[in-house]
Amino acid sequence: MWDWIKIVALGLITLFAALAANWARDLAYQVHALIVMAVSAGLFIWTVRTAGDPKGPAPTGYMDGVIRYGVVATAFWGLAGFLVGTFIAFQLAFPALNFEFLQGYGNFGRLRPLHTSAVIFAFGGNALIATSFYIVQRTSAARLWGGNLAWFVFWGYNLFIVLAATGYLMGATQSKEYAEPEWYVDLWLTIVWVAYLLVFLGTIIKRKEPHIYVANWFFLSFIVTVAMLHVVNNLSLPVSIFGSRSVQLFAGVQDAMTQWWYGHNAVGFFLTAGFLGMMYYFVPKQAGKPVFSYKLSIIHFWALIFLYIWAGPHHLHYTALPDWASTLGMVFSVVLWMPSWGGMINGLMTLSGAWDKIRTDPIIRMMVISLGFYGMSTFEGPMMSIRAVNSLSHYTDWTIGHVHSGALGWNGMITFAALYFLTPKLWNRASLYSLRLVNWHFWLATIGIILYAASMWVTGIMEGLMWREVDAQGFLVNSFADTVAAKFPMYVVRGLGGTLYLTGAIIMCYNLWMTAFGKNQPAAVATPAE
Amino acid sequence: MNYHIFREIADSWVLLAMFVFFVGAIAWAWRPGSRATHKDAADVPFRHEDAPAGETNQMTSEART
Repeated sequence: MWDWIKIVALGLITLFAALAANWARDLAYQVHALIVMAVSAGLFIWTVRTAGDPKGPAPTGYMDGVIRYGVVATAFWGLAGFLVGTFIAFQLAFPALNFEFLQGYGNFGRLRPLHTSAVIFAFGGNALIATSFYIVQRTSAARLWGGNLAWFVFWGYNLFIVLAATGYLMGATQSKEYAEPEWYVDLWLTIVWVAYLLVFLGTIIKRKEPHIYVANWFFLSFIVTVAMLHVVNNLSLPVSIFGSRSVQLFAGVQDAMTQWWYGHNAVGFFLTAGFLGMMYYFVPKQAGKPVFSYKLSIIHFWALIFLYIWAGPHHLHYTALPDWASTLGMVFSVVLWMPSWGGMINGLMTLSGAWDKIRTDPIIRMMVISLGFYGMSTFEGPMMSIRAVNSLSHYTDWTIGHVHSGALGWNGMITFAALYFLTPKLWNRASLYSLRLVNWHFWLATIGIILYAASMWVTGIMEGLMWREVDAQGFLVNSFADTVAAKFPMYVVRGLGGTLYLTGAIIMCYNLWMTAFGKNQPAAVATPAE
Repeated sequence: MNYHIFREIADSWVLLAMFVFFVGAIAWAWRPGSRATHKDAADVPFRHEDAPAGETNQMTSEART
């Protein structure tokens, strides 16, 4: 019966997508309709061919297939995102790389959202989905709830990424930073996200452990809050059901405030709470010791979620936003420093008594540097949110440097460590293919981040100082183009930093591939049943 | 409900309720006798690495599914 419902639904979706492709009002919508048509037609044929097949016995054990796909997708999107990022870094240094024949598709303006969404939502999102599925099963001692719903979450989320990424190249954007996808892509993500929440919550509800481990609290807050942020920030009315354009419901300063309430909490709950969930599982596992203080982890959790949600207005200092609102955002941002460092200390002190592992285990070293960058960027962020500092740093490259020390240092490094941890476990191998290559990756990535962050500090502060420099008569000394010319050497250094980081990621992919699919990898010895 | 009523509730009773909840959550974490519970919870990641509770390790047969 369920198969027949699926067949009818998929047939109708295919038909409607074909009609929509025919009546499409713009190129992006047309291409998206064709993609949806192809996907649902393929699923239609597959469902017809397998309809009525006898179902095997209910599967037991942990559901790891979808996590293996998630690991592969994370590595793939990571490479894609770093590659685009490195390319656009060189586009800024050498504008000739905005090739004439790619105008309208491959210039900086089109590629920049592709880069940000590829690293945050494709690389980071797939990592979060895969690790949360892994962790919630192990810490609940239960198989994922919902059967194939987890597969729907994985493929549905990656379809969202393909639609978003191709849309940017063809100009389908609603111009909200980190929320660029247009209305139909937003609706699709909402459906997928609700399914994700159901799988995660269902697994927690049927858990065999009495306690919900702290990592799951962080993951759950990430899923719930992102759902709320996504829905509110994307309230818009499509111009036509056959076109990609839409009109925002909010306007003016309300729209700006909603956008940065979303934008900062995307950082707070997607890039921080979710990745802290990873940290609270993988750091204790890799160190072989429970977390330093479970009490501190509970306080870290509640303080983080109670404070982060108010910090958004610091993106709107010196704008039409009322002063009280931006002061509120500034104060909460500064207070937020404390729980962030509490979390960092909790992670680092987990290694107390096992400090020698920093020397011997490159995966632990990655976790430590990742926590170090977490601490560094959660100190830098509150400082930059102070109005006086912000008047220098805002709109300059300092902001970009800050984002990247958080994203490359904290999110990237903890994700790499998680991938190195997961791959041997998921493919049943005794160990990684090569620890020396992990070491190479570690140093290339670390030096890459340092080049990136240092060059952006220099160029950002220089730019801020040049913009505000006035002569004795009160006239501005520098034109905007003067600052652009002065930034050239730092832009080249930044591009080189990106190249090193990308090289490290390529080495990681080779290492993971050889671990999972290499011929001569010994299998893990199955431990006897307890 | 217009903006003003909404705003007044938000910065009085709702603010108080959230603050009380927050302080309560921290006090609950520090309650006497929580040490054993927390120690038990902190060990959760080390218990069911390979198979759900009550099932034996099926890593070898499950590995490729």
